[in-house]
Amino acid sequence: MQACRYTARMQEIPQSLALALGLLSSLDGTLLSIAGLSMRVSGVAVVAASLLALPFGAWLALARFPGRQGVIALLNGMMGLPPVVVGLLIYLLLSRAGPLGALGILFTPAAMMVAQAVLIFPIIAALARQVIEDAWGEYREQLVSFNATRSQCMRALLWDMRFTLSTAVLAGFGRAIAEVGAVMIVGGNIDGVTRVMTTAIALETSKGDLPLALALGMVLITMVVLINLAAQLIKSAAMKQHG
Amino acid sequence: MAEAIIPPRVLPLTAEHLGFRAGNVTVLSDVSLVIAPGSRNIVLGPNGAGKSVLMRLLHGLLTPTRGTLRWSSADGLAVRRAQAMVFQRPVMLRRSVRENVEFALQVAGHADVRRAAEAALDRVGLVQLADRAARLCSGGEQQRIALARAWALQPEVLFLDEPTASLDPAATRAIEETIAAIHAQGTTIVMTTHDLGQARRLADRVLFLHRGRLVEDTPAKVFFQLPHSLEASAFIRGELLW
Repeated sequence: MQACRYTARMQEIPQSLALALGLLSSLDGTLLSIAGLSMRVSGVAVVAASLLALPFGAWLALARFPGRQGVIALLNGMMGLPPVVVGLLIYLLLSRAGPLGALGILFTPAAMMVAQAVLIFPIIAALARQVIEDAWGEYREQLVSFNATRSQCMRALLWDMRFTLSTAVLAGFGRAIAEVGAVMIVGGNIDGVTRVMTTAIALETSKGDLPLALALGMVLITMVVLINLAAQLIKSAAMKQHG
Repeated sequence: MAEAIIPPRVLPLTAEHLGFRAGNVTVLSDVSLVIAPGSRNIVLGPNGAGKSVLMRLLHGLLTPTRGTLRWSSADGLAVRRAQAMVFQRPVMLRRSVRENVEFALQVAGHADVRRAAEAALDRVGLVQLADRAARLCSGGEQQRIALARAWALQPEVLFLDEPTASLDPAATRAIEETIAAIHAQGTTIVMTTHDLGQARRLADRVLFLHRGRLVEDTPAKVFFQLPHSLEASAFIRGELLW
């Protein structure tokens, strides 16, 4: 009995693969819409989080103040923020009775972008802090000798470490696009409005349509791999050109 | 076009009983000297004598744990802007050769950075490399970029920390010629080396350091012909000092 169930499950994998290929080759409208929304939500979240997290990480790398080690430990610890907890906090902030309820963005893609940005901010900031602090060891004397201000040093280091920092941004993107708990809570998984790849996979799994859930999972993994591959190729070419 | 001579504004620099400790180790002790405008000062000594630490103290990258440093000007910003330093291993920013020079000029608040950078690269003979990535240049070229970067700032005093330490004779010659040209423009040179031949070629005055102490501070001719100390005599004879 157990063996029969195992065999049946194993047969679902090739079925799912065929379904995934079919969905992709037929350019299924629903799939494209869900995948597009996933990309849009995670893309905006990554850009917004990076705009804040990269300068913050650079500032923390160069600043010296009492309690700095505590802030670094807290930031590193927040890399493992539970998505459902973040989702719940954003939900409370954005709900009608919450302090930001007037914005009226709960159960919209905007709320999902906010939740993902909050979730990945510590990841990008903590990795950026480490990268910039390591570089500061090499650059410090030269930049101080130029009489560069703190802000000029930060900008120079962020620009010079751009290729390494792109890995931190990609790590944030990976976490954002694979995340399900927070977007489920603040987005509500509304068909055609806030349904993204991960929430669609969760829904199909709960409905028992495992081949479709697996197929969506394969599409999601393919998307993430392709984006990382493209970023890696661009990074390698740029590094060859700029040293 | 004739170069404008840089007038002295912040020199002389006077160091009195300068000392530096790193943890429990005394790296430099009781160093007193005066850097006069227009001079070529070579800080000579074996490895570990404290040459690089002395340069960093004079340039303000390190704070002395003992003694005082006094510039003739009390204007802190003017003093900082009157100096430049070239390191043994220059840090090249991850951008083009031209942009490396432009960065130093932008930070110093220059108005026409493009033209000033081009002029500085022209002086060191690297205009043809202006658009190349600085990090992809050879060690000798990178050191010349560092000199162009420093020269572009028109410093009154230029500190050089073993700028030719890992270069071949041709690259060393190019660097020495550039240093001579910078000096001819009125810039005071303070340079460390452990290369006796280089000290003979470049020095007006030799500051000989040994085990963190300034053992000898004499005109170059006197130093090489009649050194006062046993350590300096041994060093000139090529004996191992430790």
